[in-house]
Amino acid sequence: MESILKVEKIEKYYGSRSSLTKAIDRLSFEVSKGEFVAIMGASGSGKTTLLNVISTIDRVTSGHIYVGGEDITKLKGNHLNQFRREELGFIFQDFNLLDTLTAYENIALALSIQNVKSSEIDRRVKQVAEQLDIKEVLPKYPYQMSGGQKQRVASARAIITNPKLILADEPTGALDSKSSRMLLERFQYLNQALEATILMVTHDAFTASYASRVIFIKDGKIFKEIHKGQDSRKEFFDKIIDVVTLLGGDLNDAL
Amino acid sequence: MMLCKLSFKNIKKSIKDYAIYFFTLILGVAIFYVFNALDSQTVMLEVSSFTQELIELMMTMLSSVSVFVSFVLGFLIIYASRFLMKKRNQEFGIYLTLGMSKRKISMILFLETLLIGILSLVVGLGVGVILSQFMSLLVANMFEANLTKFTFVFSTSACIKTIIYFSIMYLLVMIFNTVSVSHCKLIDLLNGAKTSEKIKLKNPYLCTIIFIISCFVLGRAYYIVTHDFLTLQEVQDILIPIVMGMVSTFFLFWSLSGLILRMVQSLKKYYYKGLNSFTLRQFSSKINTTVFSTTIICLMLFVTICLLSSCLTMKNSMNANIKKLAPVDAMFATNMNMDRYYDKYRRYGYNDSQIQNSHYTAKEMFELFDFDITSYLKDYIEVNTYATPDLTMNHTLGSKLDSIRTQFPFLAYDTMESIMKVSDYNRVAKLYGIQEYSLDDDEYLIVADFKSMVSIRNIALESGEVIHLFGHTLKPKYTSCQDGFLEMSSNHINTGIILVADSVVEEDYLVQNYLIGNYKTTDRKEITEIENRINGLSKDSKANEYLLPSGSTKLDIKEATVGLSSMVTFIGLYLGMIFLISSAAILGLKELSESSDNKERFRMLRKIGADERLLNQTLFRQIAIFFALPLLLACIHSIFGIMFAQQVLEVFGNEQLLPSIIMTAIFLIFIYGGYFLITYFCSKRIIKEQD
Repeated sequence: MESILKVEKIEKYYGSRSSLTKAIDRLSFEVSKGEFVAIMGASGSGKTTLLNVISTIDRVTSGHIYVGGEDITKLKGNHLNQFRREELGFIFQDFNLLDTLTAYENIALALSIQNVKSSEIDRRVKQVAEQLDIKEVLPKYPYQMSGGQKQRVASARAIITNPKLILADEPTGALDSKSSRMLLERFQYLNQALEATILMVTHDAFTASYASRVIFIKDGKIFKEIHKGQDSRKEFFDKIIDVVTLLGGDLNDAL
Repeated sequence: MMLCKLSFKNIKKSIKDYAIYFFTLILGVAIFYVFNALDSQTVMLEVSSFTQELIELMMTMLSSVSVFVSFVLGFLIIYASRFLMKKRNQEFGIYLTLGMSKRKISMILFLETLLIGILSLVVGLGVGVILSQFMSLLVANMFEANLTKFTFVFSTSACIKTIIYFSIMYLLVMIFNTVSVSHCKLIDLLNGAKTSEKIKLKNPYLCTIIFIISCFVLGRAYYIVTHDFLTLQEVQDILIPIVMGMVSTFFLFWSLSGLILRMVQSLKKYYYKGLNSFTLRQFSSKINTTVFSTTIICLMLFVTICLLSSCLTMKNSMNANIKKLAPVDAMFATNMNMDRYYDKYRRYGYNDSQIQNSHYTAKEMFELFDFDITSYLKDYIEVNTYATPDLTMNHTLGSKLDSIRTQFPFLAYDTMESIMKVSDYNRVAKLYGIQEYSLDDDEYLIVADFKSMVSIRNIALESGEVIHLFGHTLKPKYTSCQDGFLEMSSNHINTGIILVADSVVEEDYLVQNYLIGNYKTTDRKEITEIENRINGLSKDSKANEYLLPSGSTKLDIKEATVGLSSMVTFIGLYLGMIFLISSAAILGLKELSESSDNKERFRMLRKIGADERLLNQTLFRQIAIFFALPLLLACIHSIFGIMFAQQVLEVFGNEQLLPSIIMTAIFLIFIYGGYFLITYFCSKRIIKEQD
């Protein structure tokens, strides 16, 4: 299988010399094309930092991250913008939609930044809206939508550029269980039908159980990794719970 | 184009939230235009060439003030735009994660600034042009000119100037924006909004100590400018209390920010009443970070108050003085018996024949120039003044001389005193409509109205100093100077005329002859014509041999006064308005952006059952405190500032202080209060929007 994301011995330190915090400690893993990977860990385990460095929002202290064979820790200026524009799709916990724009315009923004023709934009926005079941909210402004709708609009914005990698930071964090399930089913659809590669950070076992692989992080290091394989979602959920119990600590909330 | 669309959308949204900012920009442009277009308002007025010169001088002054004003406005615009940018960190973060380049973000900001700039310039100029039409009325009123008919005036030069100045300001903003965009980090942009500012609690003891020290320093500064006024020898010396005042203002706010919360917290009954705890916490969490801007605003308000009230006082006093101090149309004075003091007059620049030919009265002198002045005058009187080297200030101050000399070492004590027959003075007084006096043969009295000289002379008069004049010994009739004057002027500048009984005076000592009277005509045009002809006489070949009497006429004095007072008024108004709107706008903007931050907090309060009335009350108090605090200290500063200004501007008189303070207060309440209300209503809207 072709490797989309390769993380190699990355480290990330915070603070000054006197009070150094190792958020990520020599961490390595790979994600293949078409995988749906969840990263789990208690708060403070370094999972958001990991996502931030992969998404180029933050920079690593040392180590390398390859996306599609390209070392993104070396990217700068316009190459960095181009990389974000063309290779990545972001989904945030708090949606990060622009409240001055309608749903349609928010989604279209990702394409118009790439200078796509407006007729093409229209076709693709409508298509992605169909896939994520948000056709009726397209003319609405963010403050007129529910949390679930907002997150699906944000997801639409993330996938419309056909990125190599979709990064999601606690995408269900602000949603109720029904909206969460709906969103995750859409993620599964994107993953299976459109072969989108998804890397998702969560502390919620239910959310993680939709992934095909779960990586557990503790103190900036990989603690354990489990594959879904041929299990049903329910069985996979139980396996995740087992690890969570083993991990202890905050993650017990996930139960 | 997508970027354009984004910019448009952003502006549309911001206009709603930051209406106050756009309002201020428009006002700024309008004021800038109005004051730079003033000269065009005067074009259609019927004014003399002298007034025209004064107007030109005024315009020169106003354009240098404009440079200063543009700095103030530039500071406001840059401050406000950086401030608004901070609010949009998250938005820029999203753009960056979507892969937009920083160059493009700068481009969006550039477009926005451009749009705002064009919009505010167009609207502001429009408002300015309309306002300047009203300004015509004011200008006509000030220069007492007839506004024959209404003409629409538009000043192209002022318009171009406004556009150039504001373009430069907006260009600077663009540069600032670009620089700050290129320096920002994505992670900070995305997380910036979530991390609330740290609330550092200051050490209460340190706060108390600093509070006391700054109060002390401030008090000392107040004392220097009001009581130790005379110890200020050099112009630079005034900088010391100013710097003291500025620094102590800053530390006063700094320490207050730490103390107020603690003080009120100890009043448990009050602190836990209603939403007081919330209001106070809100207040103290912000003042920690806004001490600097509060200081700036306080100082700007202080300058505004002092400037406006002093300028208005000056204007009012001058206009009031002129009625009193220039009661007749014309006065012509001619020097007589100049040969008696040949050396002195040579030094003054008179030539030999002028000095020799100085035995004519003013009326005779005019006749020598073939000009019959009396034919133009309705009623006139001729009076004389006398002087002798045997009566100088040295003599009139008598035994008090030494103690006065040590106090005021720079007075010219050797100057001869002006002496007048009491009957002559009474004729003048009758014509002027002022107090007449009577004297016995062994008495004298002094008329004076220049305050500091009056107080010096009173020292001698109180001790009953006798003077010796032409072989007579005279004792003072009164223990103080009497009010009165001979020469017309725009201010109280009579340093003293000694009146004695007619029999005392020896005609040989005549030094000046005066011709005082009213014109037959009251028509301004004709008067101007007469005076132009008199001025024309100085070009006559006889002027080299005979000294033309020097005239001071009501019209001259009036024009000079009007020119000066309107210059002062316009500059005061211009700077005052700019300072006021700038400081009020900064406060308003700050409060509005706080309100959007506070949305969540207010929603929380609503959830725990605080009703709308209570919330609005809290909001009102919160904003009121922020507007009132700098104003309060500024008012205290101003009390001493105005006292100082009154001492400096004493010569202009300060009889009209109260009305100008009232005017200033009205002005302040109107603009500052207006900004306060707009801020409150906008904040209320922002907070309500959630439901």
